[in-house]
Amino acid sequence: MELCPLIKNILLLDSEGKRIAVKYYSDDWPTNSAKEAFEKAVFAKTQKTNARTDAEITMFDNYVVVYKFVQDLHFFVTGGENENEIILAAVLQGFFDAVGLLLRGTVDKKEALENLDLILLCLDEIVDGGIILETDANVIAGKVASHSMDAGAPLSEQTITQALATAREHLTRSLLK
Amino acid sequence: MAQPLVKKDDDRDDEADYSPFLGIEKGAVLQEARVFNDPQLDPRRCSQVITKLLYLLNQGETFTKVEATEVFFAVTKLFQSKDIGLRRMVYVMIKELSPSADEVIIVTSSLMKDMTSKTDMYRANAIRVLCRITDGTLLTQIERYLKQAIVDKNPVVASAALVSGIHLLQTNPEIVKRWSNEVQEAVQSRAALVQFHALALLHQIRQNDRLAVNKLVSSLTKGSVRSPLAQCLLIRYTSQVIRESANNNQAGDRPFYDFLEGCLRHKAEMVIFEAARAITELNGVTSRELTPAITVLQLFLSSSKPVLRFAAVRTLNKVAMTHPMAVTNCNIDMESLISDQNRSIATLAITTLLKTGNESSVDRLMKQITNFMSDIADEFKIVVVEAIRSLCLKFPLKHRSLMNFLSNILREEGGFEYKKAIVDSIVILIRDIPEAKESGLLHLCEFIEDCEFTYLSTQILHFLGIEGPKTSDPSKYIRYIYNRVHLENATVRAGAVSTLAKFGAMVDTLKPRVFVLLRRCLFDNDDEVRDRATLYLNTLGGDGAVVETGEDVKEFLFGSLDIPLVNLENSLKNYEPSEEAFDINSVPKEVKTQPLAEKKAPGKKPTGLGAPPAGPPSTVDAYEKLLLSIPEFANFGKLFKSSAPVELTEAETEYAVNVVKHIFDGHVVFQYNCTNTIPEQLLENVTVIVDASEAEEFAEVASKPLRSLPYDSPGQTFVAFEKPEGVPAIGKFSNMLRFIVKEVDPSTGEAEDDGVEDEYQLEELEVVAADYMLKVGVSNFRNAWETMDADCERVDEYGLGPRESLAEAVNAVINLLGMQPCEGTEVVPNNSRSHTCLLSGVYIGNVKVLVRLQFGLDGPKDVAMKLAVRSEDEAVSDAIHEIVASG
Repeated sequence: MELCPLIKNILLLDSEGKRIAVKYYSDDWPTNSAKEAFEKAVFAKTQKTNARTDAEITMFDNYVVVYKFVQDLHFFVTGGENENEIILAAVLQGFFDAVGLLLRGTVDKKEALENLDLILLCLDEIVDGGIILETDANVIAGKVASHSMDAGAPLSEQTITQALATAREHLTRSLLK
Repeated sequence: MAQPLVKKDDDRDDEADYSPFLGIEKGAVLQEARVFNDPQLDPRRCSQVITKLLYLLNQGETFTKVEATEVFFAVTKLFQSKDIGLRRMVYVMIKELSPSADEVIIVTSSLMKDMTSKTDMYRANAIRVLCRITDGTLLTQIERYLKQAIVDKNPVVASAALVSGIHLLQTNPEIVKRWSNEVQEAVQSRAALVQFHALALLHQIRQNDRLAVNKLVSSLTKGSVRSPLAQCLLIRYTSQVIRESANNNQAGDRPFYDFLEGCLRHKAEMVIFEAARAITELNGVTSRELTPAITVLQLFLSSSKPVLRFAAVRTLNKVAMTHPMAVTNCNIDMESLISDQNRSIATLAITTLLKTGNESSVDRLMKQITNFMSDIADEFKIVVVEAIRSLCLKFPLKHRSLMNFLSNILREEGGFEYKKAIVDSIVILIRDIPEAKESGLLHLCEFIEDCEFTYLSTQILHFLGIEGPKTSDPSKYIRYIYNRVHLENATVRAGAVSTLAKFGAMVDTLKPRVFVLLRRCLFDNDDEVRDRATLYLNTLGGDGAVVETGEDVKEFLFGSLDIPLVNLENSLKNYEPSEEAFDINSVPKEVKTQPLAEKKAPGKKPTGLGAPPAGPPSTVDAYEKLLLSIPEFANFGKLFKSSAPVELTEAETEYAVNVVKHIFDGHVVFQYNCTNTIPEQLLENVTVIVDASEAEEFAEVASKPLRSLPYDSPGQTFVAFEKPEGVPAIGKFSNMLRFIVKEVDPSTGEAEDDGVEDEYQLEELEVVAADYMLKVGVSNFRNAWETMDADCERVDEYGLGPRESLAEAVNAVINLLGMQPCEGTEVVPNNSRSHTCLLSGVYIGNVKVLVRLQFGLDGPKDVAMKLAVRSEDEAVSDAIHEIVASG
């Protein structure tokens, strides 16, 4: 058994199973088509389930997949068949909540694509080469967002002024596009 | 959160308009990337362009080498900007591009500057990027900074360095191993994740040192671990330690069990579960040890979180395979999970119940399952079918209702894999439960009446041919079989013809009727069907006279092909049509080692149709047959012993070679099993050059080269030595693989004509005294010992010097002698200071040998041993003493 918990991949797909952002940490899927086939299979298998309140879980092809949906976004975390399911769920929850914080509650495909840089940085902060870096959503989001405010402060602890400032910044950004 | 789903559908039409990446195109983005070169950098703009590039990569777009290099150089310019957000994107981008070694140099200095910067975020990320792209030489330059970073007070920086260390350990272990002092310090960190990463790295650095791991676990289990993830790691390390020390501990309390049990009361669910799972996986776990773990898992079963329910039911399912009684307490919770929304959980619950259920609950369960089967996917159904099969084997009396269930679901809709699982199960039940045979065969017959899968039809026909003639009324199957000849495709028709022939061969009363049917098949429009019919009519003597079927005909019809089909297929592919006919004897009989993928599915039972009807012949028989088929070795006499294969190469080298030592009375044959693992090479004329200068009593008499060794298809070459008759000569042999290597074009698979002679050094091989000893046990050692002549007894005492433990010393002597331990005396109870071990065996020349070993601890570590040998020949008794004295 692999001794250190390892994450095989993290996927963020839309409601049709298309990629928004994905990150693979394992050589199990060497080509892009292998990856797409995996995503398609995962999506087809989980599509009909209701993973909106609690994270759901399934197993196939000797992988354990935990997943959670919100609006038109589908979050997945995959691990090996012997992985501790609850650790995988903790990673999923960290990713899911961090995205929620970073997108300030409006968690849908449109917002995710418009802030794709934040999502990518978020993935970068959760797992490094399969090894879990952080599972606390506040810390993850804090690290990602640290450039738009005082370094280090968790996002949930922002003052109202700061929140307003960043909101304004977002607004102007989307208007200017 | 719970927005109505309808809203999403309304939005869909204009959704595409929202995407900021609509109509994005690689060429245009690469053009845009020119802004990176502007003297006045616009950080926001640059960030957006990088995001677009990353988006493209993420969607599976690839950059050509030139494009990647261009982007990379442009991105390096962005280090000039002081914008933190942009820098973050630059880091991610560099990692994605994974630059080549000569490109890495360009960014090294910038990254090293960031690595020593005052901004923590820069330091952490620069470390991760640099370690990702660096090679060994650069690593020595930055090693000092990395060591500092490991003990940095900022947890993010420390974690970055530690995680990078874990990755680097794969490529540059000698450098990372030098950091263990710093890593050790980081294990004591107050930051949860630093502790987790440090523990993971520390363990990997020390994983080959059992004592160090042991120490690490003992000190940490006393309770200084804060992070749940680190605690999970510690549990895994602890169970590893328990597993490895298991050999020495038979009785007494299991070390560290208290720690595992304590973890069941941890506040984090992941730790509780990890500990519960670890306990259930302990070797030879007792029910007393299991109980607390089962109790927490049972609580998880009724959790509101699907992940917890799944984790618990999956673990209990595994426990049910070995300790069904321990799980019965959970049956009520389990039954309520049958209706779980999550079908994976429901399936696991059902199969667990099938394993734990008792005979009386079978019928009730089957009723529940019937309702359940209609709304799950095929893959789950397969799991259920397999569970029902094992249930049926457990309760053969219930075969009627279970067989009915199987035949019912066989008639319903389903894919190939599902149908195959059902058919396999029925076949296994027919084989193992005689009463179920007739009804099972009829179910199968009915199934092939309307079966869309050629593969299954032919397999069932084959099976019918073997089992059908042995039933009380074989004639009733003929109709089903002959119907196939009318209604099916050529493959199935041919299969049906063979089956008919088998009925004809076995059942004399049916013979005339079978001949009539076979003759009709002579007019079939398919060659194969006609050929088979003609062949069988002739072999069975279909010219009218009803004769007794000869033994060789039966062998021809029912005998199995003792050549692996894969090897036959390869040989046929390599065969070029020529004057020389294809020789089936040239096909290697060595079965290729199973590819890794198949090992991944442990505990899979041999499936019904695929498994050979009889067990495979024992390896010794197989070896003997193989050696006899080689003329050079045919006169060596009876094979005394074949050793287990000894690897002569490291794993994952170009050529994998292991050797089997075959001991004859006056000869020794080395069988080198070679595998070529390079697809671009074909090896020819493969021999092993053996240098026996350190084995004086051996003289080489024959060598059988291997003509050709294509990629991934194992072959054998042999070298035979003569040695003094009946003498247990020992010696050391050095081996060199010599061959002609030819390049193979991977696209066409054709080899070039010219080859180059080459050599490959193999490891040394030893013939030791244990090779002359057969492990043969005796049932009553005392009786055997008493009946042996006491005059041939030789007793002496030996000092074995300091040993790790008593058990280790006992094992060493057993291995040295190569004898069979009797009456379980190879196991040394924990903490004992003395031990008696009984061994028996047969020495070359067929001399029975019994050995009584008495061990005692002399001082803290020194082991002393008294060795008493009795054998049928006093010379042999002396020889045994000699082995021990020289070992």
